[in-house]
Amino acid sequence: MLLLLEQCLNGLQFGLLLFLLAAGLTLVFGIMDLVNLAHGSLYMMGAYFAASFSALTGSFVAGAALALGATLLLGVALEVVALRKLYGRDHLDQVLGTFGLILFFNELVRLVWGPAGLSVALPDWLNRPVELLPGVFYPAYRLAIITVALVVAAALYLTVMRTRLGMLIRAGASNREMVGALGIDIRLLYSLVFGLGAALAGLAGLMEAPILTVQIGMGENILILAFVVIVIGGIGSIRGAFLSAIFVGLVDTVGRAFLPDLLRLVLSPAAASTAAPALSSMLIYLLMATVLVLRPEGLFPVGGR
Amino acid sequence: MMASFPRRAVIATLIAGLVLLPLLTSLTGDAFVLTLFTRIVILALAATSLNLILGYGGMVSFGHAAYLGIGGYAIGILAHEGIGSGFVQWPVAIVASALVALVIGLLCLRTRGVYFIMITLAFSQMIYYVFAGLDRYGGDDGLTIYQRSQFAGLIDLGARNQFYYLCLVLLLLAIWLTSHLMSSRFGMVVRGARSNDRRMRAIGFPTFRYRLACFVIAGTMCGLAGALLANHTDFVSPAMMHWTRSGDLIVMVVFGGMGSLFGPLFGAIALLALEEALSRVTEYWQIILGPLLLLVVLYARGGIDGLLERIPTGSRRD
Amino acid sequence: MRAAGSTDCWSESPRGRVVTDALLQVENLTKRFGGITASDDITMDVVDRELHAVIGPNGAGKTTLLGQLTGELAANSGTIRFAGTDVTRVPAWRRSALGLARSFQITSLFLDFAAIDNVALAVQAHAGHSFRLWRDARREPALREPARAALERVGIGDRAEVLAASLSHGEQRQLEIAMAIATRPRMLLLDEPMAGMGPDESTRLVTLLRELKREVAILLVEHDMEAVFALADRITVLVYGRVVASGPPGAIRADPEVRRAYLGEEASTRHG
Repeated sequence: MLLLLEQCLNGLQFGLLLFLLAAGLTLVFGIMDLVNLAHGSLYMMGAYFAASFSALTGSFVAGAALALGATLLLGVALEVVALRKLYGRDHLDQVLGTFGLILFFNELVRLVWGPAGLSVALPDWLNRPVELLPGVFYPAYRLAIITVALVVAAALYLTVMRTRLGMLIRAGASNREMVGALGIDIRLLYSLVFGLGAALAGLAGLMEAPILTVQIGMGENILILAFVVIVIGGIGSIRGAFLSAIFVGLVDTVGRAFLPDLLRLVLSPAAASTAAPALSSMLIYLLMATVLVLRPEGLFPVGGR
Repeated sequence: MMASFPRRAVIATLIAGLVLLPLLTSLTGDAFVLTLFTRIVILALAATSLNLILGYGGMVSFGHAAYLGIGGYAIGILAHEGIGSGFVQWPVAIVASALVALVIGLLCLRTRGVYFIMITLAFSQMIYYVFAGLDRYGGDDGLTIYQRSQFAGLIDLGARNQFYYLCLVLLLLAIWLTSHLMSSRFGMVVRGARSNDRRMRAIGFPTFRYRLACFVIAGTMCGLAGALLANHTDFVSPAMMHWTRSGDLIVMVVFGGMGSLFGPLFGAIALLALEEALSRVTEYWQIILGPLLLLVVLYARGGIDGLLERIPTGSRRD
Repeated sequence: MRAAGSTDCWSESPRGRVVTDALLQVENLTKRFGGITASDDITMDVVDRELHAVIGPNGAGKTTLLGQLTGELAANSGTIRFAGTDVTRVPAWRRSALGLARSFQITSLFLDFAAIDNVALAVQAHAGHSFRLWRDARREPALREPARAALERVGIGDRAEVLAASLSHGEQRQLEIAMAIATRPRMLLLDEPMAGMGPDESTRLVTLLRELKREVAILLVEHDMEAVFALADRITVLVYGRVVASGPPGAIRADPEVRRAYLGEEASTRHG
């Protein structure tokens, strides 16, 4: 029972992290119609920046703040220099172009930081268990992640639903031409949106950094999951991304934790232990494939393109 | 599909070069070049199969490398279990690839655009994880093949020259098949569906079945390439079917020129030769390859074939 | 040939006249998109060899109606019968095989193919299955001849080898029609074929349609009133998805509700 609670919290934490990534991805896709495979690279850069800056400043929080800023700048620079030219292009062109950027970033990281993975140290006040309920302990840092991510999600919701910028974003998601016709500087809007997405990705990356090893290629694995999230949630829909990110996070984490035991109920122990790892990794893909087979438009498709 | 003169000249020279290569390498004694080009030819075959669905059919499959893995593992697993005869291994590789392609196609081809990309990616990752989980056959570390496919003395795959020529013949056959297939009624449907699927259905074509058939043919051809690859490297591992390998195949098709007959071959040569050349300059060669890919996509969309097409001939334009 | 406006086998129903052996019979067709009713209980019909025009202000639901007739949109309720068969749930490609051909409002061609290839594809769609994997389709007379004939018929025979993307807008509209007639349909559904055409091209198209309506049934959605009144045997007027009037051109011209819908309150009060 305790284990289930812990795994659910982990799942929630992972799901919220996925949401941060997926939100940026779905915004960029929904508004600029840009499929950006290099989104995972921004996540990776956030983590690498966090590692360097926190080592440099000696403080995790300072390092994190600097990393966030750096990733935001990197994102905007990337949009202006390279990605802007991909707007309006075929999705295949965008996939290929941004695939090239993945190769570039992975190699750049290898050049600057070396091939070995990095780790990021947590300050003591974060690196301890917190008593949630009598006798129930949970790592403070993971709680911090959950808190920060929820705050960001709320801020994002308020921005999109209640501010003028948010209105433009929502309008842009369903009718790009109209927004341009309204006299809004569309290029500025696009750069802002992309910067926002990059910042979210960077935030996810820097928050993940202390938990995982910061390494080359870490962006790709989670990118696929982020795409699964927005496919299930519907492209362009932040609400859909939130709900499906939590769902995917829970399924993946809880699934991985309990699948071996579940399998042992129906299969022989030997078969269960061979099948379990493969099946847990496959779980999310099976989920996405099922959704797409049944509803090729996603669960919450946004209005006409 | 009229070819301009420079294009035809380049293709003719290329084929001649490929045919004569073993003679050249036996004269210079440089086995490395022959090995490299065997790999190039095999991957060109895989890229040609992808060109069917991607170049001509407009189906962006990010999971095509899965068939390389299936074909390869068919050889590897059977060899591991003591079945060394190519007459058994190769048909199994081909049939297995065809069946998997059929299943995946049935499930994926209803989706469009980026959803299609994602769902093919998902399936290839699933297949990757399945093979990575097969401890009996090496799991993540892969499986060594101690003896290449045996063909009862008809051909010795262990002999470099013979193996090379086998691969080259299969590649040229595949290109020839593509040429006929894509200009036939069947090919017109597939190409029409790429151009405007909605219109195809409006004029009366049930496009799904034709795209599915094309998808299966492509998967099968790639499975054959996988069988060749397994024999070439004497090794199979799940890495063969990782989605980044699918990305490499897509790069080859695009670099070479999508929907062109020899594009995949151009692309395979370009990518592998580039890899070889650049890695001698710097071990960080992908820093150059990445942006280069972006530039090709932005400015040289037709790939190498497109560039050749654009060379002014001074003669009648089509 | 059935004379326009004859009443021999028409029966009256509250929503309009329904011919009992019409080629196309639409009954109580309703289509909703969320809160909007795009097609509101539409009943109409098209008989063989007549040109039946559908007109109405923007947003009246004309394209939605066409979408349901071709099978691209699924109706919420109602039936569509074509040549006696209930085709309400039949997929688009199969309706085409039954003899229902359409042209698109927004030009929808195979832009990277030549004009003749476009039409040849339409011919191929009705020439049996296409699992022929070897022979060069571009050299098949069975496909090329009818394609060329269709191009000649609409007046762009000399542009056969030109890439569809390189054709002028008017020529593209003509190509649309060529593709529709190349399939030897029993009925043509034409969605604003005159849109964007210059006066010469429009005149040519009107002449062509006048010829065609002696051979096939035509359902014409159009804004060009001159063409509509010159060609139509019957006109149905749609406003906000509802049929407000249906009958021969003379009756429609005089109908007060139609005038109100199109020309405003002023016009109807002026003519009482």
